[in-house]
Amino acid sequence: MFGKLILDSFKHEESQNFAVLMMLLTGVGIIALISYLKLWKWLWREWLTTVDHKKIGVMYIVVVLLMFFKGFGDALMMRLQQALSVGDSHGFISSSHFQEVFSAHGTTMIFFVGMGVVFGLINLIVPLQIGARDVAFPFLNAVGFWLFAAAASLTMVSLAIGKFSTAGWLAYPPLSELEYSPNEGVDYWIWMVQIAGIGSTLAGVNFLVTILKMRCPGMTLMKMPIFVWSSLCTMALVVLAFPILTATLYMLTLDRYLGMHFFTAGGGGNPMMYVNLIWAWGHPEVYILILPIFGVFSEIVPTFSEKRLFGYVSMVWALIMITVFSFIVWLHHFFTMGASPDVNAFFGIMTMVIAIPTGVKIFNWLFTKFRGRVHFTSPMLWFFAFLLNFTVAGMTGILLSSPPVDFQAHNSLFLIAHFHGMVIGGVLFGLFAAFTYWFPKFTGFFLDEKLNRYAFWCWLGGFLLAFMPLYMLGFMGATRRLDHYDASTGWHPLFIIVGIGAAVLLCGASIQFLGLFWSIKNRKKNWDHTGGDPWNGRTLEWSIPSPPPVYNFAIIPTVDQIDPLWAVKRGQAPEPQQRHEDIHMPINTSMGLYIGILSLVFGFAMTWHIFWLAIVGFIAIVACMIIRLSGKDEHEIITIAQVKETEMAHLRSMKAHE
Amino acid sequence: MSKPLTIHHQDTLEAHADTRLPDPHQDVFSKTTLGFWIYLMTDCLLFATLFCTYAVLHNNTFGGPSSRQLFDLPTAFAETMILLVSSVTCGFGMLSALKNEKNKIIAWLAASFLLGAAFVAIELTEFTHLVQEGHSWSVSAFLSSFFTLVGTHGLHVSVGLLWMAVLMAQIFWFGVTVFTFRRLIVFSMFWHFLDLVWIFIFTFVYLMGVI
Repeated sequence: MFGKLILDSFKHEESQNFAVLMMLLTGVGIIALISYLKLWKWLWREWLTTVDHKKIGVMYIVVVLLMFFKGFGDALMMRLQQALSVGDSHGFISSSHFQEVFSAHGTTMIFFVGMGVVFGLINLIVPLQIGARDVAFPFLNAVGFWLFAAAASLTMVSLAIGKFSTAGWLAYPPLSELEYSPNEGVDYWIWMVQIAGIGSTLAGVNFLVTILKMRCPGMTLMKMPIFVWSSLCTMALVVLAFPILTATLYMLTLDRYLGMHFFTAGGGGNPMMYVNLIWAWGHPEVYILILPIFGVFSEIVPTFSEKRLFGYVSMVWALIMITVFSFIVWLHHFFTMGASPDVNAFFGIMTMVIAIPTGVKIFNWLFTKFRGRVHFTSPMLWFFAFLLNFTVAGMTGILLSSPPVDFQAHNSLFLIAHFHGMVIGGVLFGLFAAFTYWFPKFTGFFLDEKLNRYAFWCWLGGFLLAFMPLYMLGFMGATRRLDHYDASTGWHPLFIIVGIGAAVLLCGASIQFLGLFWSIKNRKKNWDHTGGDPWNGRTLEWSIPSPPPVYNFAIIPTVDQIDPLWAVKRGQAPEPQQRHEDIHMPINTSMGLYIGILSLVFGFAMTWHIFWLAIVGFIAIVACMIIRLSGKDEHEIITIAQVKETEMAHLRSMKAHE
Repeated sequence: MSKPLTIHHQDTLEAHADTRLPDPHQDVFSKTTLGFWIYLMTDCLLFATLFCTYAVLHNNTFGGPSSRQLFDLPTAFAETMILLVSSVTCGFGMLSALKNEKNKIIAWLAASFLLGAAFVAIELTEFTHLVQEGHSWSVSAFLSSFFTLVGTHGLHVSVGLLWMAVLMAQIFWFGVTVFTFRRLIVFSMFWHFLDLVWIFIFTFVYLMGVI
């Protein structure tokens, strides 16, 4: 009846019990708060059933923030353990639990924070920048989000029920095979990644078509904002890479559930096949995370330099080159596999080559600032920190790309310092910059700038403290995923510095978290009086009111150059014509939410081998899709009068705030 | 030919457009077909991954039987022919849709459905036969990759059968509308794609497996 689920599955170590208790309390607290404020109906109508890309984008970011705190908690536990567990002391978590913690940290941060950031930002910004009222497939977009949310929920469930995988964030076989990981941990991992991955593929199809088909009149490919270009390249990568992940996980599933021999040590299986396949997805994946951030900075730097982006065309070609090259460097993740020197040399050189387009971008941003009027706002501070960290981590990446060096440094903390420089110094700092930059667009008020700056300095200082010593530790021989070491290694002082750095990072994150609520509370003081263009922006999203109306553009703009809004402000392009029209918009549907919930049930049931429930869940998902695909018109009309009324209401509220 | 060809997705543009603006803003039809092409490419990559795995593992028989001992070329050839003919009937169904002949569409789709079902039935028989003789997927890496590659295609065909059944019901109730026509087009793309994948399976798995 309950498959492998037994009462013991609910018993954990103390640190985990505490986390589960906190999670339950938070959950109950949120439900109580919503009930107390009588917000259920509003939540259902405005958010849970929405197909509006802006709201879906906001929901992505909310899930990201929640998952970020989980992943951050994992990281803090590891750093605390490493600062304590030296010599006779064994720290506060057992080594088996430590393995669960680092697996959960990587999985959470890549799949539910990184990917969430990518799709959240693209949902929020891309339709506004291309002058579209909607995305190509609004329902598909909602389904993609709810699959992502279901997978994130499965991560949370795995915290409370049963064990998580101990096989690392990529679950290399043969360790992840049934023989060596007989419990439910790897199954949890498989299903959460599989569900999230399918959601990503759907979202990728949606945004490729949106960008290719729904640009406003006049916006040719070479007149798109760079953020849209980076999104286009990212979505191409998603569509090309994620099916490989799906197929690889599918084969691992068959190994574990049906006793097949794809990646097993026996039976003729080939574990290295898995490692190749997973990195054939995994390397494009890291570019999926960073390309949108390149786009973000390509918007922020010109805006705050009051100057057109330097080298637009070279920027576009650099993006395209990275997109192509990202598929021919995957082997650098396992030079030590034992491929021939020729093979290793090829992948080493390709890895060095891919640094060239990245360097082009860095110089383009620098030259954009040259002789510009640079405003030192907090998004620009994040940019400077990004530039520093990304360049340092990029250079250490080049070091690792040389196979002989890699043989020495692989699997050490040197590697950890390298890629955390990319994902924290790159992706996360980029997210913070984007969050600050576009926050007024979607709320109508600014984040508190002073708190932003405090948080920034904590993050920069904390990051340097927490990760620079790891380069040294790596050279001193400290391996990754280390839960205990001997005092004679001399690593202890450095690990203590790393721990202090993590604490400083926690300060930064806390300031941001509290700062968000502080800014919402004091929104009257931080109101954006321009009504839609707080930064003297250049692209189309700043030409419409903040927050944007449901239809985004009352009048679809016509564009004839890069930075169309800047051109209008400078008198280089005509003011848009004021001719309103009826607007067709898609209507809300709860089907996406249902499919998400059913996927969660399906994933949970498969993990615990409760096959009757899995079958019921699967049939219900198919039924939902058939019902949805048998419907008729999915649109409603917003009349001219309603559009005019909405626009007037915005003008009135702007006057009221003056 | 008594009736002239009419393209149904065109004359319904005004009624169901997203906005009143000219293209490219509201052509749902072209968005859907492009989106589906991209989806097919993702599916193609999924199969490519399985093909690669098969290529790497097909000699890892681990003491079990090899492809030469197991595969029956005439059966595979019969499957190929059945699937190809089902694509032809599906194509005739599309031509009927262009002419708005509801009953003919259903008839042609029913023919494709029966052929597709026959294909799945033959495949299942082949699989059961193999398993009963002790050559199941857990014997060796070769058999794992064989069952997975061919079985995944069979799973796709089965999904196609379900889809076809739903489509026939929709055509029966709603006739050829802008919605059902769009779904028909998309379905036929899917069905031809499966045909293409099968041709690769026939060539690389069965044909090269017995030579």
